[in-house]
Amino acid sequence: MAEPLLARTGWAVRSWWLCARMWMRSMMAYRASFALNLLASLVTHSLDFVVLVLMFRHTDQLGGWRLPEIAFLYATATFALGVANMLVGSVDGLGVRIVNGSLDTMLIRPAPALAQLCAERFSLRRIGRPLQALAVLAWSLATLDVHWTWDRVLLVPALLVCGSVIFGAIYVGGATVQFWWGESKEIQNSFTYGGATLLHYPPTIFAKELVAGVVFGVPLAFVNWLPALHVLGRPDPLGLPTAFQFASPLAAALCVAAAGLAWRAGLRAYRGTGS
Amino acid sequence: MALIELEDVRRTFTVRARTGRFSREKREVRAVDGLSFTVEAGECVGYIGPNGAGKSTTVKMLTGILVPSGGRLRVAGVDPARERVALARRIGVVFGQRTTLWWDLPLRDSFELARRIYRIPDRRYRENLGRCVELLDLEGLLDTPVRQLSLGQRMRGDLAAALLHDPQVLYLDEPTIGLDVVSKGKVREFLREVNQDRGTTVLLTTHDLTDIEQLCGRVMVIDHGRVVYDGGLDGLHATGRSERTLVVDLAEARPAIEVAGARVVKVEGPRQWLAFPAQQSAAPIVAAVAARYPLVDLSVREPAIEDVIARMYAEVAIG
Repeated sequence: MAEPLLARTGWAVRSWWLCARMWMRSMMAYRASFALNLLASLVTHSLDFVVLVLMFRHTDQLGGWRLPEIAFLYATATFALGVANMLVGSVDGLGVRIVNGSLDTMLIRPAPALAQLCAERFSLRRIGRPLQALAVLAWSLATLDVHWTWDRVLLVPALLVCGSVIFGAIYVGGATVQFWWGESKEIQNSFTYGGATLLHYPPTIFAKELVAGVVFGVPLAFVNWLPALHVLGRPDPLGLPTAFQFASPLAAALCVAAAGLAWRAGLRAYRGTGS
Repeated sequence: MALIELEDVRRTFTVRARTGRFSREKREVRAVDGLSFTVEAGECVGYIGPNGAGKSTTVKMLTGILVPSGGRLRVAGVDPARERVALARRIGVVFGQRTTLWWDLPLRDSFELARRIYRIPDRRYRENLGRCVELLDLEGLLDTPVRQLSLGQRMRGDLAAALLHDPQVLYLDEPTIGLDVVSKGKVREFLREVNQDRGTTVLLTTHDLTDIEQLCGRVMVIDHGRVVYDGGLDGLHATGRSERTLVVDLAEARPAIEVAGARVVKVEGPRQWLAFPAQQSAAPIVAAVAARYPLVDLSVREPAIEDVIARMYAEVAIG
């Protein structure tokens, strides 16, 4: 605790990068499979969007939203999930490492175990999902007739960053559960992959209780639903104050703090105090 | 200066055992139960005991991975559990059965990562790497991917990686496990150099007692989470009530002879085996035999350390 938070965070990011680079080089040992994997990931992730497009061949609207607007939701949620998955998604290997004892080899190094764990098996091929999402986003923005004001222009990159951070925090927080329940990867997946799929569709088609749950519970609504309402000029089905549409950075910060505390509690339990 | 200090250190684990379809019983297991010892800077200590005795639990507490349930613990002046990351820069750890090297990358890359993670100054890194490469014979292996190395080569690589940052203490967990005789010899020779010339304190857990005989001036035997012996190898024989054997070849075959202070354990034609306490001199027994029976030849056999320790574990289990 002696070092200030900023220095600790800097060191964690640097440690992550040092390890991630080692993993990238390791993956390069299998160059052919790298190209194939990137291609495969681009194709499979595009299929998700193809499903949406096919749906719109039978209808013009879904919950009052048109295809380019749904594409905006799809692209932003997929980008956020993709970036989070690429940068910290490997944290879900925690349970396996606890069982086979290899978490200990991370704990004896002077680099944060969380950083080492997140960098595990890092590979650039996981960039396929966010790349594909950006392509869809570009098409959506070109097709949409948005009245661009400066706050709307700023909100788009802000929501992409905050959404990635929120999903990243969910990855870490979800993995932390594995400190207590070994194989609980699926719980976490239901929030990450399940959450992203939920966010592909407009909030208007879901029950209000569910929408309220992802605003005040697991704050997935801040990834894209709430800011999208402002960008696309749509009314809030819950009738929340407009401040919520700009609150994604705050939600992201809270998520990071909660995930950080959960991680520390988990590590403490693993090492044997407070459990 | 005492580099490692333990005072009444305890560690319990809660084990949940299924007792019925829905019921579960919590049970406390004492992995380490009131451990106290100190290790001075520059010592080389063998830390041995049967499986489940508490050896790895001790090492995990000394590295700060596990927090003790009670007692006081200091390594290089700090509490490992509280200052794990700071301590990590001052200790080296080698797990014999688990490599920390990067599987698909050349050996050199793992060393480079250590340089950055441990923030080793360039000059010191070059010196230490040079020394390790020379002593461990790694010159031709630096550009080989780790997965292509033999077990012995990989262990040498692991040793080098653990020592690049000049740790004050080196913990070794089964460093020679699975190695052939030549590789074992190289590893031991290197460890002796590290301990004697560099003054690095070494704590070694092993099942291979030759490691201990060749490297450690001090042995600690642990069983059921307690120290049951702490001292030199010689003392181990006395404590373990070990016996030496006098083998005599008599001029002719006889029934078991009678000699004060020894007992016959085996007779084979004219050859007889006489066991006597290890700390006792063989001279009076030889004299007693020679005085009464014509002798052709004789030899004295030292007790095998394995037997001594096996007997020690058995006694603890009964007591």
